[in-house]
Amino acid sequence: MRLELQKRPQSSKALAYLSPFIALGLTLVAGAIMFTLLGKNPATALYTYFVEPLFDPWARDQIILKATPLILIAVGLAVCFRSGNWNIGAEGQYLFGGMVGAMIPIYFNDWQSPLLLPMMMLMGMIGGALYGYIPAILKSRFGTNEILTSLMLVYVAQQLVDWLVRVPWRNPQGMGFPGTKSFNESAVLPDLMAGGDAHYGAVFAILAAVLMWFMLSKTLKGFEVTVLGQSPRAGRFAGFSARQMTVFAFCLSGALAGLAGIAEVSGSVEKLDDKLSLGYGFSAIIVAFLGRLNPLGIIAAGFILALSYIGGESAQIMLGISDRATRVFQGMLLFFVLACDTFIHYRVRFIPTPNKVNA
Amino acid sequence: MKPAAKSNIDQNSVPLLEARGITKVFGDLRANDGVDLVIREGEIHALLGENGAGKSTLVKILFGSLQPTEGTVLWNGTPVTLRSPSEARALGIGMVFQHFSLFEALTVTENIALSFDSDVPQRHIEQQAGDLSIQYGLPLDPSAIVGDLSVGQRQRVEIIRCLMQDPKLIILDEPTSVLTPQEADTLFETLLRLRDEGRSILYISHRLNEVKQLCSRATIMRHGKVVDACDPREETASTLATKMVGASIANLVVQPPKDRGDIVLSIRNLSMDAANPFAVALRDISLDVHAGEIIGIAGIAGNGQGEFFAAVSGEDMQEDAESVVLEGVPIGHEGISQRRKRAAAFIPEERLGHGAVPQMVLTDNMFLARHASDADEFQKSQPLRVIARNVVNAATKRVVEVMDVRKSAENPPAAALSGGNLQKFIVGRELDRTPKLLVVNQPTWGVDAGAAAHIRQALIDLAANGSAVLMISQDLDEIFEASTSIAVMADGRLSPPVLVGETSREDVGLLMAGGQSDAA
Repeated sequence: MRLELQKRPQSSKALAYLSPFIALGLTLVAGAIMFTLLGKNPATALYTYFVEPLFDPWARDQIILKATPLILIAVGLAVCFRSGNWNIGAEGQYLFGGMVGAMIPIYFNDWQSPLLLPMMMLMGMIGGALYGYIPAILKSRFGTNEILTSLMLVYVAQQLVDWLVRVPWRNPQGMGFPGTKSFNESAVLPDLMAGGDAHYGAVFAILAAVLMWFMLSKTLKGFEVTVLGQSPRAGRFAGFSARQMTVFAFCLSGALAGLAGIAEVSGSVEKLDDKLSLGYGFSAIIVAFLGRLNPLGIIAAGFILALSYIGGESAQIMLGISDRATRVFQGMLLFFVLACDTFIHYRVRFIPTPNKVNA
Repeated sequence: MKPAAKSNIDQNSVPLLEARGITKVFGDLRANDGVDLVIREGEIHALLGENGAGKSTLVKILFGSLQPTEGTVLWNGTPVTLRSPSEARALGIGMVFQHFSLFEALTVTENIALSFDSDVPQRHIEQQAGDLSIQYGLPLDPSAIVGDLSVGQRQRVEIIRCLMQDPKLIILDEPTSVLTPQEADTLFETLLRLRDEGRSILYISHRLNEVKQLCSRATIMRHGKVVDACDPREETASTLATKMVGASIANLVVQPPKDRGDIVLSIRNLSMDAANPFAVALRDISLDVHAGEIIGIAGIAGNGQGEFFAAVSGEDMQEDAESVVLEGVPIGHEGISQRRKRAAAFIPEERLGHGAVPQMVLTDNMFLARHASDADEFQKSQPLRVIARNVVNAATKRVVEVMDVRKSAENPPAAALSGGNLQKFIVGRELDRTPKLLVVNQPTWGVDAGAAAHIRQALIDLAANGSAVLMISQDLDEIFEASTSIAVMADGRLSPPVLVGETSREDVGLLMAGGQSDAA
C-alpha cells in the first residue's frame, strides 16, 4: 500500500478558509509537545505565549509596534508572490529604505520642518524600490533566479548599514557605540498613544493593506498580477508583459518594505543603528502566506505573528524558555500553513498494491 | 452484451486479448465503465470514440501504464496482471504513442538501444533495425540524428522500436494525426503487411475514412462505455459518426462564395528568426485575406503554425511595421492589445494556459481577452481602471447562451469545462465582438464532433457577414470543409492560397510534405 496525493477536480472552498486555522491549531499542538519535552507545563506555556499579552496594555502596544513592519512588508510581498515573483529579499529592501530615508536627518540633523517627515517616508520608499529593482532587472533582462539574488542582496544591505553606522555616520558623541545622532523631533514619527512605543507606521500599514486589497481585487492592474502569476502565457495573450510585471512587483514590494524600514527608524529607534535588521523581512514571508496572500488576511496574520514575538519574550522572562523557541514556533507555523494549503488542491489517497485487486 | 463480430477470422478460437468489465475510476469520473473488448489474431481492430470517450484510459490499462479499478485482462485465454509497460512488452504487446518519446540529440540506433538491456551490442541493434526497416517498407537511416528527422520518419523510429520486440499485438494511438496523406498511405501498407503476418493491431482513431479502409472490426466507446461494435467496411462515415457521437451531426451550411471584398489583412515578406532551438523560423511569408474569405492554412504540426499565429496576433511583434497591414494600417510594430483595438481577434491553439487561465472563472477569462478592445465598457473610473464586473458578467452570459456552453456552475473555472465547451466559449468570446479579422489556430482541436460543427458554422457565418478569417488547422477535413481558399505551411514557408474548388487533397498533401526529403 502506498500514499498518493491526488488532485481534486475542484479546489476545496471550505479548506481554503479553514486551512490557516488548522495550521494554527497544529502549531499549537506541536508547540505543546515541544514545551512538554522541554519540561514545562504546556498549558501554562501556551497561556503565557498567546493569551497573557492580550490583557497587558504594554504588551498590546508592543504587538502593534511589531505588527507594523510585518504587515507593511507582507502586503507588498503578497503582490509580488501572486504575480509569480519570489522576492525573498524584503529584509534588504527594508534596511536600504531605512538607510536612504534616514539620510536627511543624518546630514541635516538640525533642520526642522513639517515637510521633513513626508520627505523621509518618500525617500525610504524610493530607497526600498531601488533596492528591489536590482533583482527585478536581473531577472527580466538576464533571466537570473530572483530568489538567490534578492536573498544575497540582504547580506549586502546588512553589511552596508553596519559599516555606515560604525564609520562615516557614527555619532561622535556616541561613546563609541555604533549608531548615528538621534533625530530631532520633527524627524520622529509620532506615537499612536502618548507614552507608547507604537507609532503612526501602524496607520500606514492598515492603509497600505486596504489599498493593495482594492488594487488586487478591483482593478485591471490587480487582474494582471493574478493572470501573470497563474499563467504567464495566457498573460502574454492578454497583452500583459511579464517583464514589466517583475519590475512593478519588486519595486512595489520594495517600496513598502522601505517604508516599513524608515517608519521603524523614525518612529521607534529615532536614529539609524546596527540593530535595525531584526528579521521582519523574513518573518513577513510567513505573514504573507498565513494571510493567504490576501492583504486583509495579512492584517490578522501580522498581529498573530507579532503576538508570538511578544509572548515569546514574556515566556523567556517568566518561564525561562529560550527565545529560540519563538523562531521554532514561526518555522512550524509556516510549515503547517504550506502543508495545509496542499490539501486545498489535493487529497490523500491510499493506493492498495494492484495484485490484491485484479489477480 | 457481447457484440457479434462479423469477420473472416475464426470466431471460435481463443481471442489473443480479451478485456472483461474494465472499470477505471478517477475521483468522481468513471473514465472506463465495464468495458469489454475482444481482439483476435490477425485483425486490425479499430477503437473509435470522441475525445474523452475513454479510449486512452483503456489503452493505457492494456499497456500496463494504468491499473484498472475493476476487471480482468486475458491474454490467449489466461488472466494476466499488467503492472507496468515492461510486463506488457514481455507478453508481446507493443505500443506506438501519439506523442513520441525520442531523444532528439541521439541517433535512431541509440534511441532504440535505450529501450533494451544495456548488454545488447549497438551493432546488433543497428543491423536488426536496418533489416526491419527494409522488410516492412519503412525507409530509415539507423545512424541519422532524430532531431533531423521529419515527424513521419520519427514515427517510423517508434514503429521499428516496437517491432524489435516482435510483438503479437501492436497498439497505435492516432497514428495519422501527424502525417501527410501520402505518409499515411505508406503507413497503411506497413500495417496491412503486419496483419498478413498474423499480428493483431489495435488502431485508435477518430478519422472514419481511414478506419473504413483499414479495419475489419470496430469497437465504439462513448462516455467510458462500449456502445457499439460493427464491421466498419459495412458502414458509411456518417453512420459511424452517429454511433460515435450518439446523435446525428448537423451538416455545415456553406454559403456560395460571393465576390471577394476589400483586403482586410495583408502580410508582406514576413520573416522571423526562431526564438529557440525548438522553434521554426518564418521565411518570407506573404498573404492577403479579403473580407468574406476563410483562408485555411494546412500543414503538419510543427512547421511554423504556432510561430505564425504569434506573429500575426502580435504576441511576437515585427521590426518592420509594414510586414503586417490591417485595413491599410501598418501594425507590425504593435502588440496584441493594439491589434485587438483595431478590431482583430485571436484564438490560440491551446485552450488552457494560453487562451484561458485554467483556475480563473469564465467572467475573468472573458476580461482576459477583451480588457483592451472593450476598455470603454469593461473598465470604469479611469485612471484607476476598475473592472466593470456587471458589464463583463453580462457579456459572459451572452456568449454562454449564443454558443450553448454547457457548464456545471454559474461561473466555473475554465478548467472545469470540457474541452469542447471551453472552446465554444473562447470562440464565442471573440465572435461576440464581431471582429473584422479573426485569426484562429486549430479551431476544433480535441473538440467533440457536435461542438466542432457548431464552431465551424460560426466561422463560416462570420465570414459570410463580411469579416476575414484566417484559419490554421492540421485537420484536412476541416480545411476542405470550411475554407474558401487553402494555403499550405511547410518548414516556415507559406504556399500561395488556391481556391478550394481548384485543389485536391493530393495536391495539398504534396505541399505539406514540401521540402522534406522523405520519399517513401
